[in-house]
Amino acid sequence: MKFEKKDILGIKDLTVDEINLILETAESFLEISTRKIKKVPTLRGKTIINLFYEASTRTRTSFEIAAKRLSADTINISSSTSSVVKGETLIDTARNLEAMNPDIIVIRHSAAGAPHLLASLIKQSIINAGDGAHEHPTQALLDMMTIKERKGKISGLKVAIIGDIEHSRVARSNIYGLSKMGARVVLAGPATMLPRNIEEMGVDVYTNLKDALIDADVVMMLRIQLERQKQSIFPSLREYSQHYCLNRNNIKLAKKDVIVMHPGPINRGVEISPDIADDPSYSVILDQVNKGVAIRMALLYLLTGGGE
Amino acid sequence: MVETKNVKVVMDKDGIDRCLTRIAYEILEKNKGMENLVLVGIRTGGVYLSERLQKKISGIEGGKIPLGILDVNLYRDDISASNKKQPLGETKINFSLDDKIVVLIDDVLFTGRTIRAAMDALIDFGRPKMIQLAVLIDRGHRELPIRADFVGKNLPSSLWEAVRVDLVEKNSVDEVVIEEGT
Repeated sequence: MKFEKKDILGIKDLTVDEINLILETAESFLEISTRKIKKVPTLRGKTIINLFYEASTRTRTSFEIAAKRLSADTINISSSTSSVVKGETLIDTARNLEAMNPDIIVIRHSAAGAPHLLASLIKQSIINAGDGAHEHPTQALLDMMTIKERKGKISGLKVAIIGDIEHSRVARSNIYGLSKMGARVVLAGPATMLPRNIEEMGVDVYTNLKDALIDADVVMMLRIQLERQKQSIFPSLREYSQHYCLNRNNIKLAKKDVIVMHPGPINRGVEISPDIADDPSYSVILDQVNKGVAIRMALLYLLTGGGE
Repeated sequence: MVETKNVKVVMDKDGIDRCLTRIAYEILEKNKGMENLVLVGIRTGGVYLSERLQKKISGIEGGKIPLGILDVNLYRDDISASNKKQPLGETKINFSLDDKIVVLIDDVLFTGRTIRAAMDALIDFGRPKMIQLAVLIDRGHRELPIRADFVGKNLPSSLWEAVRVDLVEKNSVDEVVIEEGT
């Protein structure tokens, strides 16, 4: 099968075959990061711009390492040091970058749909590295890759996603992806953090953490995004953690071989207790980060294949 | 394309087996045994041939020599021009290549570009003492200064012909055929 997409904007637009192709390609790329010389010449002469309008350590570093291991040239632009502070609009910035002929633009933006707008305006490939509370496709892909490696499959698993679903692009992309791949997704969080009509995405929704954890194969804890909370949607962090923090006790409700995931950065003691986050018999959090580089290498590789 | 291709079988199961037996002996003769010898098969045809050669060499000398698998797609010189990428296979070389004699194995030697890519890839894994090349078929038309150390059969062909090596492991039959293009 050949990959025909120009952009990676969201998991919603990907078919099961495309997701499988990306995951399989990424598995082949894992090996490169274990070599003594961690570089292949594949994307020599290609230019990749990382355009980050929001803070990021993991995702930006991961994209940059992925590009460099494929020998592409990378340029990082963050909004604080760019002409955004002079008032340039996103469209103008993009048109100017386009005129410098990069091959791929990776964008993170606080506004949902920003990558889609760019993709419709400029001819280069766009990869969405997170747009508002909408989608974060590369995170969902690396999550699926981690699950597939640990569990040998995705189909038929029960995956519980816990926390601030409303503000979470990671949750949204994972719901699309995991459902497409045949997993059963259940959500839990305070009612104020559950989007209205979320059941329409084909998921079961609980307001009690314990109900969601029962017999789960995978538990995905979401970060409480303090920066996105304009008005307080729960009384205090302390109260939140009393009801929704994953700990030694409540994890026993899940299957014995449950794996615990977190997209990072972790608020220790808020959504996940430190002893769970650091326990290698449960936590695959650093494994997720490791898979992230391979997923991004796979996407850069697949997207730059296009002819003239 | 029209389905009226002229297909000619140029080597059958026994022929392939005899070629591999001879190549196994030649590899051992040239290298005076199997010390420091490793095999690396190029995906996909070369992998099956290298597995067979590994067995044959074990049968002659006893013991087992290391076997690696190489996908050269990431090193191809036509990768940015190619329309859409081939699905990538796994590269698996679980041993050091430093100071080893590496025998690269492929099914058909044609322009030499695959071998160029494979040599670049090998050198990223270490510094072999020597790289040798074994192929089942050499069909000519080299575009790079590359030649094989061990050849099953020289098969002069024209550019509009296609040489195909079918192996039981993936095509349910062992044979080498020439297909005439139109």
